[in-house]
Amino acid sequence: MRTPRTLVVGAQALLVELDSAEEVAALHAELLRRRDAGALGPVRDLVPAARTVLLDGVRDPAALGARIASWEVPPLTRREGPLVTVAVRFDGPDLAEVARLWGVAAGEVPGIVAAIEFRVAFCGFAPGFGYLTGLPERLHVPRRETPRTAVPAGSLALAGEYAGVYPRSSPGGWQLIGSTDAVLWDPEREPAALFAPGVRVRFVQEERA
Amino acid sequence: MTGLLVVRAGALTTVQDRGRPGYAHLGVPRSGALDTAAYALANRLLGNPPDAAVLETTLDGVSLRALAATVVAVTGAPCPVRVSGRPVAWGAPVGLPAGAELEVGRAESGLRGYVAVRGGLAVPPVLGSRSTDLLSGLGPAVLTAGTTLAVGPAGPDPVAGADAYGLPAAPSELVLPLRLGPRADWFTGASLAGLWRSAFRVSPSSNRIGLRTEGGSALVRARAGELPSEGMVLGAVQVPPDGLPVVFLADHPVTGGYPVVGVVGPGPALDAAAQARPGTPVRFVRAR
Repeated sequence: MRTPRTLVVGAQALLVELDSAEEVAALHAELLRRRDAGALGPVRDLVPAARTVLLDGVRDPAALGARIASWEVPPLTRREGPLVTVAVRFDGPDLAEVARLWGVAAGEVPGIVAAIEFRVAFCGFAPGFGYLTGLPERLHVPRRETPRTAVPAGSLALAGEYAGVYPRSSPGGWQLIGSTDAVLWDPEREPAALFAPGVRVRFVQEERA
Repeated sequence: MTGLLVVRAGALTTVQDRGRPGYAHLGVPRSGALDTAAYALANRLLGNPPDAAVLETTLDGVSLRALAATVVAVTGAPCPVRVSGRPVAWGAPVGLPAGAELEVGRAESGLRGYVAVRGGLAVPPVLGSRSTDLLSGLGPAVLTAGTTLAVGPAGPDPVAGADAYGLPAAPSELVLPLRLGPRADWFTGASLAGLWRSAFRVSPSSNRIGLRTEGGSALVRARAGELPSEGMVLGAVQVPPDGLPVVFLADHPVTGGYPVVGVVGPGPALDAAAQARPGTPVRFVRAR
């Protein structure tokens, strides 16, 4: 991994910028390892995003940035992080359109999705909304030209390099390919988010009752 | 029966405490009282723990009926306070007999008032906080008339006698010390130099998510393209395509895709931002 670019954000935060989602995942995993080992120093929030990791609530962002730039960060191993399996009905209103974009029959979409191991790269948009990486580039699809005013909770959706599941009903422009009864977000539960950064995700076709 | 009955909810009244920092990685905004000094004072006046939940009002106050005798304190934006029609002190502990009505009036200056009750509001916490988060909808609903708010048991500390005169007055000009970065290089040097001279005003579309500005000279992008969404901090000054800075307040989104030109440090400047009415002049100065 190339030496990351570190940017000071105000008096108490540091932004580490990387070249790829894989490098973000590797650095995020390294930061969690060091924090769990008590070797990172105080950090209130560790926020991965598309090409960055934000460390907020730190004492000396410049010094921390210099330390991080000196690290040897190992690439992420495939089996790192907890695995969550989510049962999905492939009944989304955009399933046919996504199949067309992929150049496959709609009936082939469940098998293609089930063969992919996704990883929660980061959360955003709404509590518990995870941006899942793992789609190969040929399966990237654009957002819908017209966003929906209401996407049902539990919708499995694709946009660009990401897959995601809407934790609750909200407006949204992603292509909807399926739905799940899994509860993505429950603040009374520990962990509140089923899809927390670093979690590995598999979608399997729901068995018919 | 204990608690407070909401008689008049006011324009926008929410329950607030110190918020829920530490969950940004799950997409949860920090939330919490915007004017942290006024919030802290309201609890200190009543001998409450520093993280007790209070009401945050917006411009026109709130009216509450005490279902049992209690003690309250109003801080933040100065305003008339009445108990069952009789004027009482603002910024001081005020006894509220059972059945009495507390009327928190329209702010004389500033924007946000804090109404604390001895023992703190006892609405159920979500992820360790009772704050209403207007961006993601976590925490209790915005106050409506007819709602009853539970009140917690009074702690061991006595009601204090401190007064509110240590609180700064609402700003006639909002001066925001700005530390440039992380994305200042997305803007032209000329427009950055102009930022320090520009006379902005607080936009009426400001809210708990961000203080929006208007009227000043827009920042000009030095580069095209989009920034992939990245983590945002409290006080981040984000610049949307119109070039007018938005200062992120407590309910800000945890990630954002517009470049952040600089950061206003938490503390007195953001407390003042919480009290700046629409139209208030805004100026950015270099943070030391």
